[in-house]
Amino acid sequence: MRFDIVLAGVGGQGVLTVSALLAEAAHRDGLEVTQSEIHGMSQRGGAVRAGVRLSNRPIQSTLIAAGAADLLLGLEPVEALRCASDLRPGGRVVTAGDPMENIGDYPDLDRVHAAIRAIPGALLVDAAALAREAGSPRAANVVVLGACAAMLPIATATLESCVADAFASRGDRMVRTNLAALAAGAAAAAATV
Amino acid sequence: MLAYRDAGPDVRLPFCSGGPTRGGYGGGVTAQTIDSRVLLGDEAVALAALDAGITAAYAYPGTPSTEIFEFLEAHAAERGVLAHWCANEKTAYEQALGVSMVGRRALVSMKHVGLNVAADAFINSAIVRIAGGLVVAVADDPGMHSSQNEQDSRVLADFARVPCLEPADQHEAYAMTREAFDLSERFHVPVLVRLVTRLCHGRARVSTSPALPQRPLRAAHDPTGWTLLPSISRGLWRELLDLQPALADTGAASGHISLDWHDGGPTAVVTAGIARTYFAENAPELPTMPPHLHVGAYPGSDAALRELADRVDRLIVLEDGYPVIEDRLRGILPHRWQISGRRDGTLPLDGELTPDTVRTALGLPPRERLVVAGIDLPARPPQLCTGCPHRDSFSAVGLALAGTDTSVVASDIGCYTLGALAPYEAIESCVCMGASIGMAKGASDAGVRPALAVIGDSTFLHSGVTGLIDAVAADTDLTILVLDNGTIAMTGLQPTALTHRLRPIAEGVGVAPEHVRIVDIGPRAVEELADVLRAEMAHPGVSVVVAVRECIEAAKARRRAARS
Repeated sequence: MRFDIVLAGVGGQGVLTVSALLAEAAHRDGLEVTQSEIHGMSQRGGAVRAGVRLSNRPIQSTLIAAGAADLLLGLEPVEALRCASDLRPGGRVVTAGDPMENIGDYPDLDRVHAAIRAIPGALLVDAAALAREAGSPRAANVVVLGACAAMLPIATATLESCVADAFASRGDRMVRTNLAALAAGAAAAAATV
Repeated sequence: MLAYRDAGPDVRLPFCSGGPTRGGYGGGVTAQTIDSRVLLGDEAVALAALDAGITAAYAYPGTPSTEIFEFLEAHAAERGVLAHWCANEKTAYEQALGVSMVGRRALVSMKHVGLNVAADAFINSAIVRIAGGLVVAVADDPGMHSSQNEQDSRVLADFARVPCLEPADQHEAYAMTREAFDLSERFHVPVLVRLVTRLCHGRARVSTSPALPQRPLRAAHDPTGWTLLPSISRGLWRELLDLQPALADTGAASGHISLDWHDGGPTAVVTAGIARTYFAENAPELPTMPPHLHVGAYPGSDAALRELADRVDRLIVLEDGYPVIEDRLRGILPHRWQISGRRDGTLPLDGELTPDTVRTALGLPPRERLVVAGIDLPARPPQLCTGCPHRDSFSAVGLALAGTDTSVVASDIGCYTLGALAPYEAIESCVCMGASIGMAKGASDAGVRPALAVIGDSTFLHSGVTGLIDAVAADTDLTILVLDNGTIAMTGLQPTALTHRLRPIAEGVGVAPEHVRIVDIGPRAVEELADVLRAEMAHPGVSVVVAVRECIEAAKARRRAARS
């Protein structure tokens, strides 16, 4: 088994946090895992991309080859589209639909959404609204993670425990908020399918 | 160029914080059980240095090397290790050298262009008779993810005649760093561990080995091994040259240079460092497994290259960075082999190696990819943060220079380099750390007025102050704007060597006190800063204008820390 995940978003949205959550969960489920990320000039509103590879065998390259990704997890629709051709034919894209319009020439959002919907099996998540309902707009990244949960070779209970542990240092309210965000994402995905 | 880390929500996971999966650190000298954990390549280097019994570690931050020191610093106290961020890479290197001179182990870490700053210390340290193990971990940035060039540190190691170990993955990053300390003491030379961005910033499982205690201070000094007077240097240089065959043999014997004939055939593959993982990723799709030589240690083994070449007609050379091994194979005289690599277009001459470029080089067809409906996507470059004080400073620079016919604004390396982009387009150069002051002085010497240098506080301390000394000595008509946000923001808020000490430094080197102007910058102080800049640009001598305000991310981090 091998499962390659590309993560895409904008600096500050929490791409690396989701990447670390996925890797920790896979590790706890006994999988081999590698992570690749760029801590670059990409912070502060620039495009950010990361990769997580899961396998039950040793993994060689930490970089995911173009056209090898099984899942694209997007926190922003333009950034998801930018990385869509990293997917293998039949690969799935799950992305927040909410735009981060911090650039002057942001394309028409309807066209962006239409291009994503045209990808078979694509899932556009209303992540910002679900995160607010869960208790914090900052939890949109965890909403999208929840929406991917059913596609991952990782037990949902493991994801939950990782989210709980990751936010434990920031208090019970943050833990509850992020667990609610994870569940809201999963429910949204289930309702769409 | 240095760069940021991602500012995702501030969470700590045992996995990504590098905490042990089993057992724990047992303090400075207790043995540690064999352990396996998932680490960044940078963290693996740091942990190996701690386990190798270093006494001290030194660094200046720079992507992708920063996390080496950050991990080290976080665990230094429990190991009784000193860890100091330094003013620049040269001072860092010299401090590590001093630790070695008295017989104890030290790690110094930096990015590739930092080794240029430290080059004087590095290259001359090859000639002295190293006592305590001295390892320099250098992070190259092929592809220039966050740097101004993609120079290859293997070339500098060769230039200095210093052994270099090049890990292929995170596990080797640990093992080779451990080994580098032993090599350094065995051969009395510094050892360079060469990393690349994808290794530094990739996480994978790492097995560790028992920690060693720190070395004692050496009993007696060896001044003739450390005093590079020409008469002494000639002997020490000869020693270093005579050592080279032994270094090559040791590399070959270490297992880091390995030849596997596999299925045989007329075409062989040579990999260096991380290229091995990209080759392994693609190799299962090749019709037969070609002979494969992997090189992870330099000076390389010419014998292994000859042995391989004897039985093949073509060699495909895969290495991330410059064509170092490829050029060694190719030479300049005609020969019967086809050498395929960066020189003949099998791989691009620039840019980082990827599984995809390696795939093409191996002659495999491109992978089928998902086809996405065409829509033009705008680029999303990084931006100065909302609330960043540099924004206000650049607005002031724009106002101050409005209406000037000829002017030059030389700038430097930091977040503020983003002032080159729209909407500010306020700066006109970024070359190397501290260059803004020297370049603005040169432009002033050449006749351009006003000449303005824009530099951050940490970059000023790193390499700007020496340029200021020249400007004061020559009484140059020059205005220097120091953006003093009190931190090294771009690489993730490391502390500056000295914080908010610019007035005494400027006055101390001789800038007239009335031409050292401090402005508390902010949205309401833009006009004030513009006025000060206009007045100081009109002054026909050296002025230092300091725009002070805490970095917005540092302020947020401080408030977060206060809450928890």
